Amino acid sequence: MPKEKLVVIGNGMAGCRAVQEVLKRDPGRYEITIFGAEPRVNYDRIMLSPVLAGEKSFADIVINDEAWYRDNGIVLHAGCKVEAVDRAARVVRVEDGHEVHYDRLILATGSDPIRLPLPGADLAGVVTFRDLDDVEAMIAAAKPGAKAVVIGGGLLGIEAAYGLSKRGMSATVVHLLDVLMERQLDASAGFLLTEALAGKGVATELEAQSEEIVGKDGRVAGLKLKDGRTLPCDLLVMAVGIRPASGLAKAAGLEVNRGVIVDDTLRTSDPAIYAIGECVEHRGQCYGLVAPIWEMCRTLGEALTDGQGTYEGSSLSTRLKVSGVDVFSAGKHLGGAGCEDIVFRDAGRGVYKRIVLEDGKVAGAVLFGDAADGGWYFDLMKSGEDVAGFRETLVFGQAATEGLRGLDPSAAVAAMADTAEVCGCNGVCKGEITSAIADQGLTTLESVRAVTKASASCGTCTPLVEKLLKLSLGDAFQAQIGPKPVCGCTHRGHDEVRRRIVDEELKSIPAAMQALEWTTPDGCSSCRPALNYYLVCAWPGDYRDDKQSRFVNERVHANIQKDGTYSVVPRMWGGVTSSDELRAIADVVDKFDIPTVKVTGGQRIDLLGVKKDDLPAVWADLNKAGMVSGHAYAKGLRTVKTCVGTDWCRFGTQDSTGLGVRLEKFMWGSWSPAKVKLAVSGCPRNCAEATCKDIGVICVDSGYEIHVGGAAGLHIKGTEILTKVATEDEAVWTICAVMQFYRENAWYLERIYKWMDRIGLDAIKAQVEDPEARRALYDRFSYSQRFFRVDPWAERVAGRDAHEFNPLSRRMEFEPA
Amino acid sequence: MNALVKDPILWTDVGAVTDVPLRGSRRVPTADGDIAIFRTGDGKVFALRDRCPHKGGPLSQGIVHGHAVTCPLHNWSIELATGEPMGADRGKGCAPVVPLEVRDGRLLLGRI
Repeated sequence: MPKEKLVVIGNGMAGCRAVQEVLKRDPGRYEITIFGAEPRVNYDRIMLSPVLAGEKSFADIVINDEAWYRDNGIVLHAGCKVEAVDRAARVVRVEDGHEVHYDRLILATGSDPIRLPLPGADLAGVVTFRDLDDVEAMIAAAKPGAKAVVIGGGLLGIEAAYGLSKRGMSATVVHLLDVLMERQLDASAGFLLTEALAGKGVATELEAQSEEIVGKDGRVAGLKLKDGRTLPCDLLVMAVGIRPASGLAKAAGLEVNRGVIVDDTLRTSDPAIYAIGECVEHRGQCYGLVAPIWEMCRTLGEALTDGQGTYEGSSLSTRLKVSGVDVFSAGKHLGGAGCEDIVFRDAGRGVYKRIVLEDGKVAGAVLFGDAADGGWYFDLMKSGEDVAGFRETLVFGQAATEGLRGLDPSAAVAAMADTAEVCGCNGVCKGEITSAIADQGLTTLESVRAVTKASASCGTCTPLVEKLLKLSLGDAFQAQIGPKPVCGCTHRGHDEVRRRIVDEELKSIPAAMQALEWTTPDGCSSCRPALNYYLVCAWPGDYRDDKQSRFVNERVHANIQKDGTYSVVPRMWGGVTSSDELRAIADVVDKFDIPTVKVTGGQRIDLLGVKKDDLPAVWADLNKAGMVSGHAYAKGLRTVKTCVGTDWCRFGTQDSTGLGVRLEKFMWGSWSPAKVKLAVSGCPRNCAEATCKDIGVICVDSGYEIHVGGAAGLHIKGTEILTKVATEDEAVWTICAVMQFYRENAWYLERIYKWMDRIGLDAIKAQVEDPEARRALYDRFSYSQRFFRVDPWAERVAGRDAHEFNPLSRRMEFEPA
Repeated sequence: MNALVKDPILWTDVGAVTDVPLRGSRRVPTADGDIAIFRTGDGKVFALRDRCPHKGGPLSQGIVHGHAVTCPLHNWSIELATGEPMGADRGKGCAPVVPLEVRDGRLLLGRI
């Protein structure tokens, strides 16, 4: 018998979820075809706001990729609009006249954004906020410093304004009423939200009525308000609500009111046709949120597989997706006759909670500033549990309440049914998570996310997923929490960050922060330099160094001193100099009135007390005499100290000066996790002190001993011998291989000796004693050096980023401030 | 602008907002020492005296993150809106806030 044909019109959240619900119950039953008007696979529309804000990418919000359609034998017509449904012939007709037969049809056409019929609404730069195309149009318009006006202070309008402000625009929300999100918030929470948005750079115009969109040369230039003011803007977003997209159903002669009318089994007035999602009207109610849609899809999944189950309407809860602004609302948030309120405020933390009780049960809640317990209140509301017994602690949340009642907080999680939904975004139930943990031996949040997608989208259910891990693994989960985080901006450790930058081809700081879910907008002074280094190391030639993520010394190629002046150290290859160089240094000292000249421990000369404005001119003079930056400021190769070796010394066994110069000329300019100092001694008397350097060479009659892991600073540590090689070439290859292994493997600011303590000398030996591994490391180092063996001084003398050294303005120079 | 300062009586145009790099800073010399103007990742601008309350380090040379700057000398983090040290160093002095306004994309520094 041929399979029944199931056709779905709508490739959005509802349409695809309905198909998933059918496949879950009876995978082989239908031959499935999906039509989608958007030319792409199924994605999580509610996560468009974070995409707009640059906090997530499109790839992050895809729910079902192409493989899902393929694996389930689903035919997807993406970017294909259905023109008509012929109910008598049971076919749907698409744009090009092509027809597809159905036995059962699901309408999941969603909704259309409302466009206000204002004069000027057809100007370029006036957009709505519904799909990825809208988001891309907004991102394209979001030039830093440009202005955006968003009409509509509801959930979507606020998220749009926040996203645009994160993109560098100055955004203003224009709202008709005096409270933002008045359908979810009361006046107190609305006020706090207005304040919080102002803190995030989003301005608000309340009780403002739009009159006309003003244009210039066919593009939007401003929004004129009824009160006579005009708000200038380069982009205007209309986010004033949605309307069920029921035109197709109406044309097909189905019963339609505001939306397509369905019964409790989601059937329309035609028994072969079902409708779900934002296009439907059920018991007089239309929905624009995701949770009711999931509930409808479950019922429809039952109905299409001969199961029982009815849909009886949904309670609603809302969360705002604006980073750092926690807002939750559910039920009768405004209270009303017969209702009581419990209110809690903490001005210092900006927290406001209002729990609405009716007949001793939770009837609604508004949470601002701390919305962690939103789910708990919502559950209490839906279950209708009598809360009179713990009314005193109710407002303090689940942990306080259950702690005082003597309940084990994990008991609630344990008691959840396997079919209870944990992740609303991706529709993952508790049972799927616990069996994935057990069957696949998952031990981390990340692996659960990768396997089940639970908590992988908006992340609200992360605590619940963690509790499930804890419940399944016991103490093993605690022990598993993992390495020390890079800094307070993330919970990820250095190794994971480094690995994922390479594996996921992350090539910018924003990309890395996004993919690795940084919890701060632009990191801090600890993580930014670390990420910058990891990117420099992983992508030589591709990555554009972010100088705002460099510590000042690396940004201005000199060392800042306690009085704000700088010290300048030109390179002296292997510690060898000449009369010309010394004369040039002397001239620079005189010309720029440099107060102190000091010989350093690394065999070169330090010029101290140079004013920042003078740096480029000092460098220009040193460059003229053939000298380049000594990188005395760098987390990178500093010096190669040498003794005079066979050139002069009666004990010398090899040309230690020559090797030192060769090493320095090959390795200079390379960045590394922390500073790297080298030395080459020509005999075991070790005059160059090679055994307390990061990498040292002791020349002997039969060749070269390579030492690693010394230090003579905060800690004093002798090197350990890594290997011995016979020729100078091999010594260079080995040292560069060690350097590259260190560059690719160590944590930022970790000196070689600390890194060696952590990973063990044998791990380094294994790399350099295997000729292939050594060769590969050497080749990667050589490749990287093609980009970094460049004198930063010369680049600055040539004028790169000259503003770094010039004051912004001298107009106030002689005025008291 | 900031509630901590009185209304300035004299404004000086010191340049365009975009002359200050994002997540960066520029300085404006005055007879009483430098003023540092910061521009944060979200495009906001702030002005402080360019002296860390700790040891006088030039804040304009620090790394700007969020609405804070970390002094290059000893890593104190200073809140840009108030000039006050953050975290454990809170309450240990402050870098005075300088009146700053943006008009038509220009930066105006105020004198009291």
